Amino acid sequence: MAAVTTSTSVPRTVLPRRLRHPAVGKLLLLAVVAAVFVPLADARWGDGSWPHALTVDLTGPLGRAGDWIIDNRDSHPLFLYFFGYVSNAVVLSVRAVYLLLLAAGWAGVTAVAALVAWRAAGVRTAVGTGVAFLACGLLGMWVPTMQTLAVMVVAVLASVVLGALLGLAAGLSDRTHRALRPVLDTMQVLPAFAYLLPVVLVFGIGVPAAVLATVVYAAPPMARLTALGLRDADEGVLEAVASLGATARQRLLTARLPLARKELLLGLNQTIMMALSMAVIASVIGAGGLGDRVYQALASVDVGAALAAGIPIVLLAVVLDRVTAAAGERLGEARTSTPWVYAAITAVTVAVAGRLVGRLDWPDAWVVHIAEPVNRVVDWMTGHLYSGVPYIGGTADWAGRFTTWVLDPLRDGLQWLPWWSVLLTVAALAWLIGTWRTALTAVLAMAAIGVLGAWKPSLDTLSQVLAAVAVTLVLGFATGIAAARSERFERLLRPVLDVFQTMPQFVYLIPVVALFGVGRAPAVAAAVVYALPAVVRITTQGLRAVDPAALEAARSLGATPAQQLRQVQIPLARPALLLAVNQGVVLVLAVVIIGGLVGGGALGYDVVFGLAQGDLATGLVAGAAIVCLGLMLDRVTQPTRRSVKKGA
Amino acid sequence: MRVRTTSAVAGASALLLLTGCGAADMTKQASPFANARGARTVTLSVQSWVGAQSNVAVAQYLLEHEMGYRVDTVQVDEVPAWDALSQGRVDAILEDWGHPDQEKRYVEDKKTIAPGGSLGVTGHIGWYVPTYFARQHPDVTNWKNLDKYADRLRTPESGGKGQLLDGSPSYVTNDKALVNNLKLNYQVVFAGSEAAQITQMKQFAKERKPFLTYWYSPQWLFEKVPMTEVKLPAYQEGCDADAAKVACAYPHTPLRKYLNADFAKTGGEAAAFLKKFKWTTADQNEVSLMIANDKLTPEEAAKKWVEHHASTWRAWLPSA
Repeated sequence: MAAVTTSTSVPRTVLPRRLRHPAVGKLLLLAVVAAVFVPLADARWGDGSWPHALTVDLTGPLGRAGDWIIDNRDSHPLFLYFFGYVSNAVVLSVRAVYLLLLAAGWAGVTAVAALVAWRAAGVRTAVGTGVAFLACGLLGMWVPTMQTLAVMVVAVLASVVLGALLGLAAGLSDRTHRALRPVLDTMQVLPAFAYLLPVVLVFGIGVPAAVLATVVYAAPPMARLTALGLRDADEGVLEAVASLGATARQRLLTARLPLARKELLLGLNQTIMMALSMAVIASVIGAGGLGDRVYQALASVDVGAALAAGIPIVLLAVVLDRVTAAAGERLGEARTSTPWVYAAITAVTVAVAGRLVGRLDWPDAWVVHIAEPVNRVVDWMTGHLYSGVPYIGGTADWAGRFTTWVLDPLRDGLQWLPWWSVLLTVAALAWLIGTWRTALTAVLAMAAIGVLGAWKPSLDTLSQVLAAVAVTLVLGFATGIAAARSERFERLLRPVLDVFQTMPQFVYLIPVVALFGVGRAPAVAAAVVYALPAVVRITTQGLRAVDPAALEAARSLGATPAQQLRQVQIPLARPALLLAVNQGVVLVLAVVIIGGLVGGGALGYDVVFGLAQGDLATGLVAGAAIVCLGLMLDRVTQPTRRSVKKGA
Repeated sequence: MRVRTTSAVAGASALLLLTGCGAADMTKQASPFANARGARTVTLSVQSWVGAQSNVAVAQYLLEHEMGYRVDTVQVDEVPAWDALSQGRVDAILEDWGHPDQEKRYVEDKKTIAPGGSLGVTGHIGWYVPTYFARQHPDVTNWKNLDKYADRLRTPESGGKGQLLDGSPSYVTNDKALVNNLKLNYQVVFAGSEAAQITQMKQFAKERKPFLTYWYSPQWLFEKVPMTEVKLPAYQEGCDADAAKVACAYPHTPLRKYLNADFAKTGGEAAAFLKKFKWTTADQNEVSLMIANDKLTPEEAAKKWVEHHASTWRAWLPSA
């Protein structure tokens, strides 16, 4: 009974004592299920990999669906009267915003942005905003920046409207809230890369597809935070308003929505961040703008050029983040509206002045070329670190050893495990950490992977995720603990984490190949870089938030710093640490998939293949398997309280 | 409730006004960035390899500096590019390596794409080893002897067999079937993108390590990393008809251009220019090498080429 031993012995060791009793009960129940079910399954389908009898081959139907869409796209009413309008509306609105930005000229756009930042967030942010926009011009990226900005404005507006409507429905009705929660959960764990293909098939390559994919990705935080804001509104205030005889609509407009302003702004902030991170991934389907520049630079192995297009994305992200965050904090301060009028007049004056001088486009002479020096640095680094470093060996050797000693055994082990034992392990883990519901979702998601016929590549991807998560957690917890200990270290770390988190992954995909060679190792390395900031941040915050009284008590009892950490801080910060694990897993999966572009193989490669060849069957099945894998991993690591946001 | 309904109705009618009534044709959808501020624009699709970038760079430079157009470029993989072309999202593909299915669907049946003539460059796909390795072991250049070297070509990713490095999933490849049908002790490892493949090949070459790779000409990398082709069983017409049974080399393909059908008719000077655009492998490599190796921007590379080859491109201009 291999299943029983794996499911009882592995998870229990990691559990705190107080959970042991219910845990034993759960595991015993699982063991009984296994005792009945496993011999049956074993007798029926033999051992090892997912039984062929239990798979559904979707190649035929999906291929036909793809052909049908292409053949009917210019004649069927569904496309003529629905998708066509959606697509046209997106194109027209993006175009309108783009023309407006071009008409304002670089001086006008910079002035307007700085003045909005000034009014919303203060002088320092305003100066930063102005400098950031000028930097985009200096890097020679003005036009692509405006294209990205135009796409972003439309995508964020659409996400905010959609998210706010969903959030409103969920905030006002309990039933909608219950129905919507799993949908939003699912949308948030979806790696964006997985659903590019269906959008492309319907809308074709280009801006409409990119905007719609972005909306799917960016709307959930808005919906979630709107619902949260409406539900958490102060009961006392609501009662007072009701007692004054306000109707339901008046209550909503005058009390509940204004009270939820902070959450609404946080939702906007999150939506913007998610949309920006999508701007680059969407370049794979022809969104244009900065993302496209990064992607084209990647194709010619030009890290410097990729960086020149990546920096404006980072700058936009930092500026938008600071402005919306500051706006949220300054809510409620009494302000008059006259400065807005002055601000508007100044902005228009600058824009008109720019027009009159005839300087609408960013002058070519003012462009600073950073590509060449950057490339020299990257070449030097990769040249000297790749191999032959005395004593520790080159990065290529490490990558080889990591692949042979960690990734290979992990993959082979997972693929060797009988399929039912994988399901039982998933059930046990999910049940011990969450509820029977999360366990059921996790098991069903894992089973769906088998049914789709993607069992083997999914376990390959899973092995990469597990290896990357392990590395991320070791590094992330260590850094997080250090940052929680020293304010100065945390201050130094913050800008680094900002850059790691917002820099498009495509920029560092090539350097990781140059360091670690083609294969799964660079995919893992890229995933670690991407997921590390979130883990470090959550760990630091969690440790910092530990009740000072408890720490004081421990110190007065003479505990050493190590003892304080081990016996007080870490146990008390356990929810935050679990959240860090959960976030780490979700983020790592997203990048391991993109690792298909650097030889990661498995599901990621299938998605890239599907996109590149227009092969709906391969791409969509792999995409669905990724979604299931994401759901499973999320549920297995899901602490009782869900996180509000993804990626921050 | 009423507020929401009203605003929904208002929104929907605004949408109708914006888009015009009646059917919305999904086959006529330009990029939102096209023709901004009254400029005449052409949208060109760029594929990920540098040769395709060179075609586009030179076409873009001439369209912008000699003919007064504004050119937008979009990076798209090959098959989706056909789809984008048929929808009018891009106006032209300048380098196509042969996609019979797409040709039949869009050129013959739907007539939404028009052939744009030949590019003048002939493409060839094959298996290559670095020349320094082929010099030491001349017999490696025949597929029959490849198994002898499988050990030396092993990597952590190839699982005990030799590694045959393949590139982007968008490229035409029969390599998995070939390895299988020729019964070679090799594992095809997909780099997932040409960029990753080139980076890896350069790292190998720097250390003068042996490697075996799927590669194609014309390609600028040959100037940096000289490579010798491995002889596969000779190509015969139709030997690659059944993808699972392929056991022969890749053909030599004259590369072709394709235009969106409407653009070909109404695109005026730009369309005429793109149809006439025709140069040689050497020309293309010259530009590619400047982009990929000297790290010039495509625009600078195109400018340099244009300055030195006036006699070639003058013939493409509509007045000539």
